[in-house]
Amino acid sequence: MKTFRILGRNIRDSFRGVWRNLSLSLASISCITITLIVVSIAMILSANVNNFTSQIEKDVTIVVFLDQNIEEDDIDSLYYDIDTIQYVESITFKGKDEIAGEMMEASETYDSIMSNWTHEDNPLQDTYLVKVTDIDHIAEVAKEIGYLENVSVVKYGEGMVEELVSIFDMIKNVTIVIVIALILVTAFLIANTIKITIDSRRREIEIMRLVGASNINIKIPFIFEGLVLGVIGSIIPIIITCYGYAALYTRLHGQLFSSIIKLIVPEPFMYNVSLLLLVIGMVVGMVGSLRAVKKYLKI
Amino acid sequence: MDQIRVQGVTHTYKSGVTALYDLDLTVEKGEFVFIIGSTGCGKSTLGKLLYRELKPTKGTILVGGINVGKIPNRKVYKIRRKMGVVFQDYKLLDKLTVYENVAFALEIFGLPKDEIHEKVVKALELVGLKNKLKMYPRELSGGEQQRVAIARAIVNGPKLLICDEPTGNLDPKTSMEVMTVLDEINKLGTTILMVTHDINIVDKMKKRTVLLNAGRVLKDYAEGEYTK
Repeated sequence: MKTFRILGRNIRDSFRGVWRNLSLSLASISCITITLIVVSIAMILSANVNNFTSQIEKDVTIVVFLDQNIEEDDIDSLYYDIDTIQYVESITFKGKDEIAGEMMEASETYDSIMSNWTHEDNPLQDTYLVKVTDIDHIAEVAKEIGYLENVSVVKYGEGMVEELVSIFDMIKNVTIVIVIALILVTAFLIANTIKITIDSRRREIEIMRLVGASNINIKIPFIFEGLVLGVIGSIIPIIITCYGYAALYTRLHGQLFSSIIKLIVPEPFMYNVSLLLLVIGMVVGMVGSLRAVKKYLKI
Repeated sequence: MDQIRVQGVTHTYKSGVTALYDLDLTVEKGEFVFIIGSTGCGKSTLGKLLYRELKPTKGTILVGGINVGKIPNRKVYKIRRKMGVVFQDYKLLDKLTVYENVAFALEIFGLPKDEIHEKVVKALELVGLKNKLKMYPRELSGGEQQRVAIARAIVNGPKLLICDEPTGNLDPKTSMEVMTVLDEINKLGTTILMVTHDINIVDKMKKRTVLLNAGRVLKDYAEGEYTK
């Protein structure tokens, strides 16, 4: 009962503290708001870049052309041979007749030429389409497949894929570094602003000590206050994230520049970002308060 | 049983200045004792040692049987809850009302609302400010502010009240009003140790008076013995 009363008092006092020191509270809140907006933008950008790169990565396929005169049994055994290679995710067989059919469907010219081909006449080659679990290892997988019997040619867009992979890796790393740096800067800024807020209340802490408040008694209301500042400060960034991203998504029809670059669907993505913003706001608010209060506590 | 027992206490500040030399002092339960002396005689240092803002360099200080010098910083609150402290500058929170300033001390302990209300009103009644519950410190005179501070110090029913120059900022008439309040509190059984340089008050109150000089007890006057 006593604990609940103390807890209730702390919650009440934290709101009162925010209200009574309104100008400084507003400084902390606006600092949290502005930095969280920047963090939100960085997170949305980074998540979309990651999403885009992983989409592209998924589409990259190794095409294994089989020897012209390969036997049916050898086609099957080759499947198992490819399957034993590390990083192979999926293997799909595409026979030469199927390829010819697709080509004929795509173009009338092809259709007129190829429609007379029988299975034996068809000069195209049977293929296996191989997807890898990790695009970084595509070159070695392709190389290993190349060594297998009955494989005539292996293609996966050599050169271009490697370049793409290295660009994506770079973009990913850069965005991750930017997001982490922003979060750290935010934490630092907020912690310092809250510190100034609490520095102005050292008298209150001094009096609390005098009337017999223990360190924990003193710390808790300020930690709650930091939490409240963090929560209030994250409201506007959350609204901007939810409405802003949803509006952007609708306006751009879910894609950027071309249909290749697809944006992440707003739900539940924007809720996850909002939750993260709230958590960052709360944690940073609490840590900032705690740091500031500790300065005035004789421990 | 004695309330305060100071035995062979020396206090040297970090700067190297020694404020008290091998001081001995005993205060019985229910006594009202003035500590007087010129500036720098160590009287405020003695007060700070008693409410454990400072630790003695040498010697022991027993308050209510507890060796306060041995209490670690993080447990100081335990002894503070057993005593009240009043200062020259009142140390009130400007943004809280009179009622809230006094209730502040009790809320920390998690007392129920009704009990807090009862105790706060009783304490403010004792210092004659029952009708100013909702006012803010800035709306009160110096004497009234000091009475609020006294109410806050006694609201928890401490056995000991330490007053460090409580009348230092007040004119003679207001000072006497505050002294009347303190005298009443003393009559209710609270031991009071008051550090002051205002010998007019000491002269009028006729209480036990300890005169310090250069960190040592120069004279210990019994009740009614001290005259200006």
